[in-house]
Amino acid sequence: MRNLFANISKKSFMFVESVSMSVANIMKNRLRSFLTILGIMIGVTAVIALVTTVSGVSNSISDSFTSMGAGSMTVSITGTDLKSGLDSEDMEEITQLDHVEGVTPSVSLSARVSRNGVNETGVSVSGKNDYYFENDESVIERGRAINPLDIEDQNRVCLISEEMMETFFYGVDPVGETLYIEGRSFTAIGVLSDSEDSSISSMLSGSNDIMIPYTTALKMNNVSTVSMLTVYIDSAESSAIVESELEEMLDALFNYEDDTYTITTMEGIEDTMSSMLSMMSALLGGIASIALVVGGIGIMNMMLTSVTERTVEIGLKKAIGAEPGQIQLQFLIESFLLSMIGGIAGVILGIVLSAVLCSALGITFSLNYGAIILGVSFSAAVGIIFGWSPARKASRLSPIEALRRI
Amino acid sequence: MRNIVKQYPVGDEVMTVLKGIDLTIDRGEYLSVLGPSGSGKSTLMNIIGCLDQPTSGEYILHGQRVGDLDEQELARIRSREVGFIFQNSQMLPLLDAQKNVELPLIYAGVRPKERRERAEEMLERVGLADRRHHRPNQLSGGQQQRVAIARALVTRPSLLLADEPTGALDQKMGRQIMELFQKISDEGHTIIMITHDLNIAKQARRVVHIIDGSLTEGGEMQP
Repeated sequence: MRNLFANISKKSFMFVESVSMSVANIMKNRLRSFLTILGIMIGVTAVIALVTTVSGVSNSISDSFTSMGAGSMTVSITGTDLKSGLDSEDMEEITQLDHVEGVTPSVSLSARVSRNGVNETGVSVSGKNDYYFENDESVIERGRAINPLDIEDQNRVCLISEEMMETFFYGVDPVGETLYIEGRSFTAIGVLSDSEDSSISSMLSGSNDIMIPYTTALKMNNVSTVSMLTVYIDSAESSAIVESELEEMLDALFNYEDDTYTITTMEGIEDTMSSMLSMMSALLGGIASIALVVGGIGIMNMMLTSVTERTVEIGLKKAIGAEPGQIQLQFLIESFLLSMIGGIAGVILGIVLSAVLCSALGITFSLNYGAIILGVSFSAAVGIIFGWSPARKASRLSPIEALRRI
Repeated sequence: MRNIVKQYPVGDEVMTVLKGIDLTIDRGEYLSVLGPSGSGKSTLMNIIGCLDQPTSGEYILHGQRVGDLDEQELARIRSREVGFIFQNSQMLPLLDAQKNVELPLIYAGVRPKERRERAEEMLERVGLADRRHHRPNQLSGGQQQRVAIARALVTRPSLLLADEPTGALDQKMGRQIMELFQKISDEGHTIIMITHDLNIAKQARRVVHIIDGSLTEGGEMQP
C-alpha cells in the first residue's frame, strides 16, 4: 500500500514536470504553436456558435408557439363532390365534442375595398364567428365584437386592422362609419389590435386586414360551407384525444373517402420545426467538426516535426534514464495542452460570436453547456488521438540513433 | 559493483563493429578506453551504458544479465546505475543549470524538495553554485561540461561514462575537467572514459586500447 502511494506521488511529480516542460516548449515556438492551435480554435468556435445560435432560434420558436397557445388545431377541408365543406350544424357538432371549447371558421377572400375615393385591392378579408372574439378578447382594440346576431343575419359589419384604419379613416374614428367591400357597404364596428408576436402566428393564420361575420363572407364567396376551421381545446394534453374524435367524425361526414380533410395541430407543427432545426444543427455541427479534424491533423503534423527536431533531446533524456513511457507522456501532454488551449480559446470565441449572432437575429442568448462540454471534450480527444502517434514515435526512438546526431 | 564480463561481436548488417570483446571492470576503477575514431569505442560505451544491446555475448552488470532486459528496465538501470557525460555536454536549452541537473532525478521520481537539494549540492561540488539559474547559452563550454558532470553524478550512479569529455574544450578547461574526474575517482566512483587522446587517457589508472573493434589491455598506467 505504501509502495502504491509512493508510486503515485512519484508519477505526479513527474507529471507536473512534464507539464512545465511542455509549456516551455509551446512558449518557445509561439508562432508555430499559435498557427497550429488556430485550426482547433476555428473548429470549436464554429461548433459552439452554430449550436448555440440554432438552439436559440429553436427556443424562440417554441416560445412563440407556447404564447400562441398550443391548445388549438386547424382543420382544413377539401371535401367530396357531394359535400364540399362544413355547415353550421357540423360545426355545432364539433363544438359538442369532449375537450372542445369552441370553433372558429375562417372564410377568407381577397377583396377590393374603397371609401371616399380611396381604393385598395387585394385586402385580405376573413370571415369569423362570435367565438373567435369570445376566446380572446384582446384581439379587439376598440368597438364591439361580431355577435351571434350578426352571424345569423349575415350583417354587413366589419372590424378593421389599425393599418386599414390609417388607410381609410385617417384622423376619423372609424366606428360607425361606412366602407365598401367589393362594392357592398359595410359598417365598421371595431378596430383590431396589432398582434404582438407577428412573425409566426401571422405566418400560420395569415394576417387579416378586415374581419366580417363568416356567414356574410360565405355569401360573398357564393359558397355555403366552411373549408377552414380552428378548433380550440381545453388543454394541450387533450390534443390527441380531440384529434382522433375529430377524425372519426369527419370520416363519417365525408363518406370515409381519402384526402378529404387535414388536421394540423400546433404540437405537430412545433415538432416538425424543432426536428428540422435539430437536424440542421447536427448537420452544421458536423460540417464544423471537419474543421476540428483538420485542426487535429495540424497538431499531428507539428508534433511529428517537433519529434524530429528534438531527436537529440529525446536521446539525451533517454540516456539519463527517461523511460519510453515518460517520453511518450511528455509529448502527449504537449499535444493535449496545445489542443486544449485551442479548444478553450474556441469556446470563448464561440460564446462571444454566438452572443453577437443572437443579438443580431433578435434571439435571447442562452449558454448552451452541452455545446461547451462537447467543444472542450472534442478538442481534448483530438489532442490525445492526433498526439498519440507522434508521442509513440518519440518514445520508440533509439537513444543511440538519437545521440549519434550530436 | 561486482564485475562486468562482456564478450560479443556486434553485427551492424555485415559490418562488425566490435569483434568479441572481453572486459572486466571492478568497482572504483578509473579506466580509459583509447582508440581512434571509428574503432567502435562509442559503440562499446553505449553497450556499457545500457543504451544499446549487444548482438551476441553476455554483459553482466551487478550480477544482472543486461541482455535479458526490455527497454523499460534498461531505462531504470540507466536512471539508477549510469551517469553519462557526452562530448558536447548536451544540455536542454530551455532549462537552467539547476533544472538540467534535476532532470535525471525527475525521471527517477525523486521528490521536488530532495531533488532541489541534491542538484544544488552537486552544482556546488563542480564549483557552479553561483551559476545555478543560468541557461546553457549563458555558460561557457567548460561550465556546461561541469553541469553535465553534476547531472551525471546527481543520481549517485555506480558507473560514470564519459565520451570524449574534453573533446570540445580548450586545454586549460580540459585540464580543469580532468582534475575534476580525478577528484571524483578519488571519492570512489567508477569511471570509464572514452577518448582518442593518449594524454587524456594516461590520466586514468588503467588504459585499454580499442582498435578496429578489438580490445587490448594497455597495462596499468602510473599517473
